[in-house]
Amino acid sequence: MKKSYKIEVDCANCANKMEVAAQKTQGVKDAVVNFMTLKMNVEFEEGQDPKTVMEEVRKNCKKVEDDCEIFL
Amino acid sequence: MNKKQKKMLARILIAAALMIALSFVPVSGLPRFLLYLVPYLTVGYDILWKAGKGIVNRQVFDECFLMAVATVGAMALAVWQDGDYTEAIAVMLFYQIGEWFQSYAVDKSRRNISELMDIRPDYANIQRDGRLEKVDPDEVAVGTLIYVQPGEKVPIDGVVEAGTSTLNTSALTGESLPRETAPGDEIISGCVNLTGLLTIRTTREFGDSTVSKILDLVENASSRKSHSENFISRFARIYTPAVCISALVLALLPPVVRLLFLDSAANWGDWLYRALTFLVISCPCALVISIPLSFFAGIGGASKAGVLVKGSNYLELLSKTNCVVFDKTGTLTQGNFQVVGLYPEGRTEKALLEYAALAESASSHPISKSLRDAWGEALDLERVTDIQEQSGKGVLATVDGHAVAAGNRRLMEALKLPCPEERQLGTVVHVAVDGAYAGHIVIADVLKPNAPAAIAGLRKVGVDQTVMLTGDLRPVAEQVAGELGIDQVYSELLPGDKVEKVEALLAEQPTQGKLAFVGDGINDAPVLSRADIGIAMGAMGSDAAIEAADVVLMDDDPLKLVKAIRIAKKCMGIVRQNTVFAIGIKLACLVLGAVGLASMWLAIFADVGVMVLAVLNAIRAMFVKKL
Repeated sequence: MKKSYKIEVDCANCANKMEVAAQKTQGVKDAVVNFMTLKMNVEFEEGQDPKTVMEEVRKNCKKVEDDCEIFL
Repeated sequence: MNKKQKKMLARILIAAALMIALSFVPVSGLPRFLLYLVPYLTVGYDILWKAGKGIVNRQVFDECFLMAVATVGAMALAVWQDGDYTEAIAVMLFYQIGEWFQSYAVDKSRRNISELMDIRPDYANIQRDGRLEKVDPDEVAVGTLIYVQPGEKVPIDGVVEAGTSTLNTSALTGESLPRETAPGDEIISGCVNLTGLLTIRTTREFGDSTVSKILDLVENASSRKSHSENFISRFARIYTPAVCISALVLALLPPVVRLLFLDSAANWGDWLYRALTFLVISCPCALVISIPLSFFAGIGGASKAGVLVKGSNYLELLSKTNCVVFDKTGTLTQGNFQVVGLYPEGRTEKALLEYAALAESASSHPISKSLRDAWGEALDLERVTDIQEQSGKGVLATVDGHAVAAGNRRLMEALKLPCPEERQLGTVVHVAVDGAYAGHIVIADVLKPNAPAAIAGLRKVGVDQTVMLTGDLRPVAEQVAGELGIDQVYSELLPGDKVEKVEALLAEQPTQGKLAFVGDGINDAPVLSRADIGIAMGAMGSDAAIEAADVVLMDDDPLKLVKAIRIAKKCMGIVRQNTVFAIGIKLACLVLGAVGLASMWLAIFADVGVMVLAVLNAIRAMFVKKL
């Protein structure tokens, strides 16, 4: 399953860091952060609940870049 | 400017003013330090705060942390050495200016590019209780009548029920010539109604309408990342740690070596300063922002020109196009058959055409339609009687009392009439009147007016090989290819053969060259997906084409292909310039910093300067009008 989320982040490198953090999160098959359109496209692994996975993703992203937000 | 940016700008200005003012205040020692701490904290408190959080989260290579180390280190050195605190403040100040500029420029270009694609309709007019009412296009059901007044955008795809008007399709196709529309015509959302009130019966929901699909496509295009972008992200990931480790080595190794082996003074302060200079240049921002921004601007500019590119990666591939394969019909030729030659014998051209058109008047075959179109006037069908279709040959009919036969060579042979050689290539209709041969009419698909210019243009933009595939007969195919100057022709192909041919051509390509296939988007989805880049042409309103292709040319002008490649080349040129320029300046600063020739001032100046220039250069990709 794929879903797109709106995000807020100030710098391009931070967006890249968020991408890596999201990709490393359990339950995420792949994630792409588009800094120009401020969107995060996440592909979830089979049988994962997007909501709980995204909470984790947000937590991990906040760890690498404090000043970011994902609108769930 | 948003609130955050305004606040930042104020902090930058206050800190700068304070710093200048302090240079006139004659204090020294601790009071001096405390005074200078005020502008430093004004401009950099958030960096220090974030650096602290970074440590808690174990983010050692966080740029805030590095910036904090660099400036705090510089402050400490200043306390210890000469009391010149301006350097540390300046570094923080310029860093913030850089961040501010980046945020402002990105915001601005985001807005500019969405304005370029300003085709999103805000409302639809429907009739309720005898009055026009504006509603959200999302709420309009299929089959509803909507009213579009002059100057308004068509919000939803549909069919014109009443009214005639001209439409401006430039937002969709980049084509500025207005189109006429009349009742019965299909109409596509995103066009602007110019002259008359139109009543439209919607055939789709807003979400499925052309305009929604295009917007969705363009907005998501930059999510498909190119090699250049991936390269830069990978580079950024190793760049920062590498520079930091070098800084550490630079701070420790030379002084130790000097102490132990050269018997000279360690100069700890000197080397520490050089190491801190390294940290100042450790942020990869200039690189990381300018590359996606270039692609975003390029894709935005292209869509304004009527070229939809579905991803940054396709823009990159397009710039490397070495071989272009055309599906003939609908790309190089109009795809509708027209009378291109009249060769009467013993009669006027007009009489020949009239007999043929009348005899074929009852047929639904495309050929008879071309004959009728060529005749142009209304046909009096009562003049035609006894129509007999001769399957696979043609028709026999009585026109004004004369027995007319119109059909192919086999019909003439069946009637035992002598049949001369055709004088022109194409589909030929032979006509006999009252048992005597009367001449022949040649019908052919005609070239698009810009097709020769497009082929010539492709050569100029570096395409080495042009190939045409067609299901048509060989002589016809070769004639078209000859007229256009196409290198290779494969004719009499079945749809399945086209995939095989493209695969064979793909295998022949040099590794760096890419193969583009251009089709009209009808029935060629397998070939479109097999080629390196699938390009659908004249796709306005064709969902299948928009879905199957990687690049969509909205109108059916083959010159747009040349333009698309030019846009891609310009964008990739900018990407290359930015990559080389930004990495080059950074490396130069690192080297100069290591040997002690670059101060922190120069380092931060170069770093921010590179970013500003790279961002401005990236925005240039948006301007594609003159290409």
